[in-house]
Amino acid sequence: MSTAPKTAAQAAGRAATKKELPEHFKAYKHVWVFIEQERGQVHPVSWELMGAGRKLADKLKVDLAAVVIGPEGEATQSAAAESFCYGADLVYMVADDLLTDYRNESYTKALTDVVNTYKPEILLLGATTLGRDLAGSVATTLLTGLTADCTELDVDADGSLAATRPTFGGSLLCTIYTLNYRPQMATVRPRVMPMPERLARPVGRIVSHPLGLVEDDIVTKVLSFLPDRDSAKSNLAYADVVVAGGLGLGSPENFQLVRQLATVLGAEYGCSRPLVQKGWVTSDRQIGQTGKTIRPKLYIAAGISGAIQHRVGVEGADLIVAINTDRNAPIFDFAHMGIVTDAIRLLPALTAAFRARLSPHSRDRIAS
Amino acid sequence: MHIVVCIKQVPDSAQIRVHPVTNTIMRQGVPTIINPYDLFALEAALELRDQFGGEVTVLTMGPPSAEDSLRKALTFGADRAVLLTDRFFAGADTLATTYALATAIRKISTEFGAPDLVFTGKQTIDGDTAQVGPGIAKRLGLLQLTYVAKISALDLTARTIDAERRSEGGVQLLRTKLPCLVTMLEATNQIRRGAMADALRAARAPIVKWSAQDAGVEDISKCGLRGSPTIVKRVFAPAARSEKAALIEVGEQPAEALIDAIFKRQPALETELAALARGY
Repeated sequence: MSTAPKTAAQAAGRAATKKELPEHFKAYKHVWVFIEQERGQVHPVSWELMGAGRKLADKLKVDLAAVVIGPEGEATQSAAAESFCYGADLVYMVADDLLTDYRNESYTKALTDVVNTYKPEILLLGATTLGRDLAGSVATTLLTGLTADCTELDVDADGSLAATRPTFGGSLLCTIYTLNYRPQMATVRPRVMPMPERLARPVGRIVSHPLGLVEDDIVTKVLSFLPDRDSAKSNLAYADVVVAGGLGLGSPENFQLVRQLATVLGAEYGCSRPLVQKGWVTSDRQIGQTGKTIRPKLYIAAGISGAIQHRVGVEGADLIVAINTDRNAPIFDFAHMGIVTDAIRLLPALTAAFRARLSPHSRDRIAS
Repeated sequence: MHIVVCIKQVPDSAQIRVHPVTNTIMRQGVPTIINPYDLFALEAALELRDQFGGEVTVLTMGPPSAEDSLRKALTFGADRAVLLTDRFFAGADTLATTYALATAIRKISTEFGAPDLVFTGKQTIDGDTAQVGPGIAKRLGLLQLTYVAKISALDLTARTIDAERRSEGGVQLLRTKLPCLVTMLEATNQIRRGAMADALRAARAPIVKWSAQDAGVEDISKCGLRGSPTIVKRVFAPAARSEKAALIEVGEQPAEALIDAIFKRQPALETELAALARGY
């Protein structure tokens, strides 16, 4: 992806320069998804990518393969088996105990070797800390194009991957192609793609590939691992209900109104980018292009104007409810429901009303 | 010890506006800043230099005006600034950018001494890819530590570095060998107020300016637009939703009205919320 944003004119100028794929890249076929597992857990973004990859593969009439890399044993085997339930036609597997912990050197070698041996045309990875660390190294080793943080993936009429992502700090979207290099690589952040349905399917073909390293070949050593105590940090992206606040709250003290409503709803709380930049809220709570992408059943945005950079992070929500004093705020263009009023006044009333409505005393009424 | 810090001059994205008719970026009058994430890298490098001695070289690739950001870096106390500027570099994607920066770092290595460490920010605020750091490391054959929250030890005799690296579910404590590339996480330190002496020096300090040829670029076709495997085909504003938000009247009891509207639209939510709320 471009680090130097291009003007629309430059972009248009380049579109005409489409070249033919060099002969040695024509053997590159099929869509691959890197299955990210760390400490025995598959990151859900991998299954989300399998859903997106399945659609691309069907459109291209090629296979969808999952690439499972990890230590020998149960966890890696079960990740491979699960891949079939999420639509894989086959699995490439590199299982070696040297891959127990994620390390850039060993994982880059494993993935690069499998790509060079079996030649996919498209390779998708999650835009997580692991995925970005790995994707940058693999793309540079393969000298191919990598489009980061895509919000939409499609294939066009001639079979090229069309990867759309926000640009200019999220004010516009751009569609990026890697026309003459293979594989075409893209990363997608968690929750950007919907979770596909898991279907019980038998284990299919698994192609094992050796790592070809001994411990002494790997310079970097893992001295220890400290799991996060505050697991909520990672829950925001996967929460069913999210309440978030923006600059319309007026002061850092008023952010507690957001947290109070979130508590009553059993929800996670978040914020828009300006609040992080002002230091009112920590960055792990930021929702939007440069923060977390969310897909809750209910999203309540209080005092958030709805810049594109925020919009791309929340558009997957089933129901977006906006509270803002400005009836012309862009958030009302993509919220499903809104109320033009001051969030500072409405939030406490909303918290009290939800508490009354959801309390055990009103359960009988809900049941009836 | 020699540390190279890669920085980027970026438009202050908070002030970017899109032309409502042409959908192009209105750059005029948008101030430029050092990519905020790079300041955490610069401060980390300066702290190590203060502790272990040596020099910090800041490097940027950009238009001639990127000199402003280098001078700013000098006011914070960097010892040397290198500007890589050439029209051949324009329009580079991450792969072409890492080719140019890696070439310049090799040249820095021969001119000013081989770096023990190369620092970059986690990502930029205009590209947001987080791929340039890993790309530079791969091209230079450096080990890499990304998303570093803290450098916990540096042993210049044993040539090792220990760092806390943020991963999805926790923190990895890693030990690797120098030379190494580090991308720093945000909010891990705070850029210093430059000393008066540095501010005075920065105003007059010579900036090393290299063209592609000066930097030792051997294959110009690997730079800029020509060297970029990715092609931006279309830039556009997202389509507006066909229907605008249904607005709730602000009556006597707006909170109750809003809740009624929410549950009317999604009846299943009421029982789910009640269950969720009980869990807390």
